[in-house]
Amino acid sequence: MRSLILTTATRYLLPLMLLFSVFLLFRGHHDPGGGFIGGLVASAAFALHGFAYGMPEARRVLLFDPLKLIGVGLLTAVSSGLVAPIVWGRPFMTTIWSQTSIAALGKLGTPLMFDTGVYTTVIGVTMLIILALAEEDGDQEEEAI
Amino acid sequence: MIPTKFLLILPILVPFLTGILAVLSWHQRNLQRVVSLTGSALLLVVTLILFQRIDRFGPQAVQVGNWQAPFGITLYADLFAAIMLVMAGLLGLAVGLYSLANIDEMRQRLGFYPLYQILLMGVCGSFLAGDIFNLYVWFEVMLIASFVLLALGSERRQLEGAIKYVTLNLMSSAIFLAAAGILYGVAGSLNMADLAMRLRTAPVGVVTTLAMMFLVAFGIKAALFPLFSWLPSAYHTPPTAVSAIFSGLLTKVGVYAIVRVFTLLFVQDQAYTQAILLILAALTMVTGGLGAVSQYHYRRILSFHITSQIGYMVMGLALFTPLALAGAILYIVHNIIAKTNLFLISGITEWVGGSYDLKKLGGLYVRQPLLAGLFLVSALALAGLPPLSGFWAKLTLIKAGLEAQAYLIVGTALLVSLLTLYSMIKIWTQAYWKAQPEMVERPLPPRGIGWVIRFAPVMLLAACTIALGLGAEYFLDVAQTAANQLLNPSLYVETVFGTFVGGMH
Repeated sequence: MRSLILTTATRYLLPLMLLFSVFLLFRGHHDPGGGFIGGLVASAAFALHGFAYGMPEARRVLLFDPLKLIGVGLLTAVSSGLVAPIVWGRPFMTTIWSQTSIAALGKLGTPLMFDTGVYTTVIGVTMLIILALAEEDGDQEEEAI
Repeated sequence: MIPTKFLLILPILVPFLTGILAVLSWHQRNLQRVVSLTGSALLLVVTLILFQRIDRFGPQAVQVGNWQAPFGITLYADLFAAIMLVMAGLLGLAVGLYSLANIDEMRQRLGFYPLYQILLMGVCGSFLAGDIFNLYVWFEVMLIASFVLLALGSERRQLEGAIKYVTLNLMSSAIFLAAAGILYGVAGSLNMADLAMRLRTAPVGVVTTLAMMFLVAFGIKAALFPLFSWLPSAYHTPPTAVSAIFSGLLTKVGVYAIVRVFTLLFVQDQAYTQAILLILAALTMVTGGLGAVSQYHYRRILSFHITSQIGYMVMGLALFTPLALAGAILYIVHNIIAKTNLFLISGITEWVGGSYDLKKLGGLYVRQPLLAGLFLVSALALAGLPPLSGFWAKLTLIKAGLEAQAYLIVGTALLVSLLTLYSMIKIWTQAYWKAQPEMVERPLPPRGIGWVIRFAPVMLLAACTIALGLGAEYFLDVAQTAANQLLNPSLYVETVFGTFVGGMH
């Protein structure tokens, strides 16, 4: 049961939503947004793609195993806290900012790294849940986890 | 040498990183097992280094994120916290090793090892938390991991136990959170060092009310009378490795929190709070002891004894003398080791005997003399026979009780010791001593790698029990130093704020 309207709309919406999620991620430190909400928007994009083209297709465009995304995301978030103690000898999670600011992105720093970790983890968790629920029907050959 | 401010975060970071690596190696089960065991061993090393550092240089504090207290997140470790962390590391390794043989493939595929590490992270975080809200968060981390560990595998009786466990613990969390909210409204801070100063000038009635709310919240987690009913109905249902780590650490985190808040924060109306604690301690001892006597299920007997023994720890706190607190600390250490070991032994007994039901077991002394011997060491330690660890812990508590002229609680403690001895002897005669009941002959399990993995942690913990008994002088010394630190709240405040604070005491 594939809807032409949905598949056509999704083809345009998927890149737009992913772009918007990255935008939310980058503006998150000082303005509303951030890794969590960005990750949710990105997962919504993948979920939409799954509804339009089927879950195996969503799994394919996700590129990575959701479990791996969770692991890598958490690792990134923890590493952002470890920069300060290892490089500068400050307490864990002390924020470190770069001196120069980059066009369109603003200043880079460990909070952005932390947010990126959150972003990745949220995509992993949300997609793990959505894929597990959607693939439970039994008409998919792949196992949930 | 690791800088102290970094060392203090490591007991949280090591299990967290191990858990993450275990998630990343989800599909390679052998790699995951290696990762988990290495992480547990590393945690023990880290906690031992931390203990040695604090033993030498006194309490340490670190402000995570470099925001100054009371605004930032404070981690604080004194000798008591360090002792508890070492216990978490020791159990993490022992039970982690045992779980390699005890946890079946299905539970491993459902994520046992990541959850196990997250549980350890929550426990270590609770011991280190320097403000009430973070304590709450670490409790939640620990509880959510424990909910899943308890229900993992979804056997019928497991879910039945899990429902009771989850419901009561969620209630406890709600009360804890409400109490934290009111506390913030009253004092305007949740940083424990800051609170210790601010609560001196707060109205006594309000503070005592808050103290009781925290007592209920922590009392549910510590399984105090009359809030303990979730424990005996849940702890015997999951695999042995899970009940062993639960019995060793989770209730003790509750006890730790009670000790922490009642030595640091709620010290205004001591006559009132200590009287309540004393009554609760006595009732907890008696009901737990009597509950155990009526049981014939190996692990249920042990579960009731967890409750009973919490009473002794609270008794030490309620007497509130340096010696009594030292006794309580010694008792916690002794109990964590002996009780966890008994749970592990119950698992091996089930492995070789085929059941947890004492009526169906028998003859194991003849067939498994080593197992019977290891049981005897831990059981007699629990009952408090010299020269094992329980004797010195109980002796210290009773001596403190006599010095404080609290004869009623001393009498109760001695009487409950007899009950403990009685139920340990019951297990001994039924499972190990009596002739095997007329049943199918069970073949002896092979002495392969599975045997070594199961017996090595039990031997390690039994050795710890004996060492604790034989080296009692050193351990009592450490416990007394820890107790003196607990009884000196200004030390906490000065360590956290980094300056001398006048006007305390």
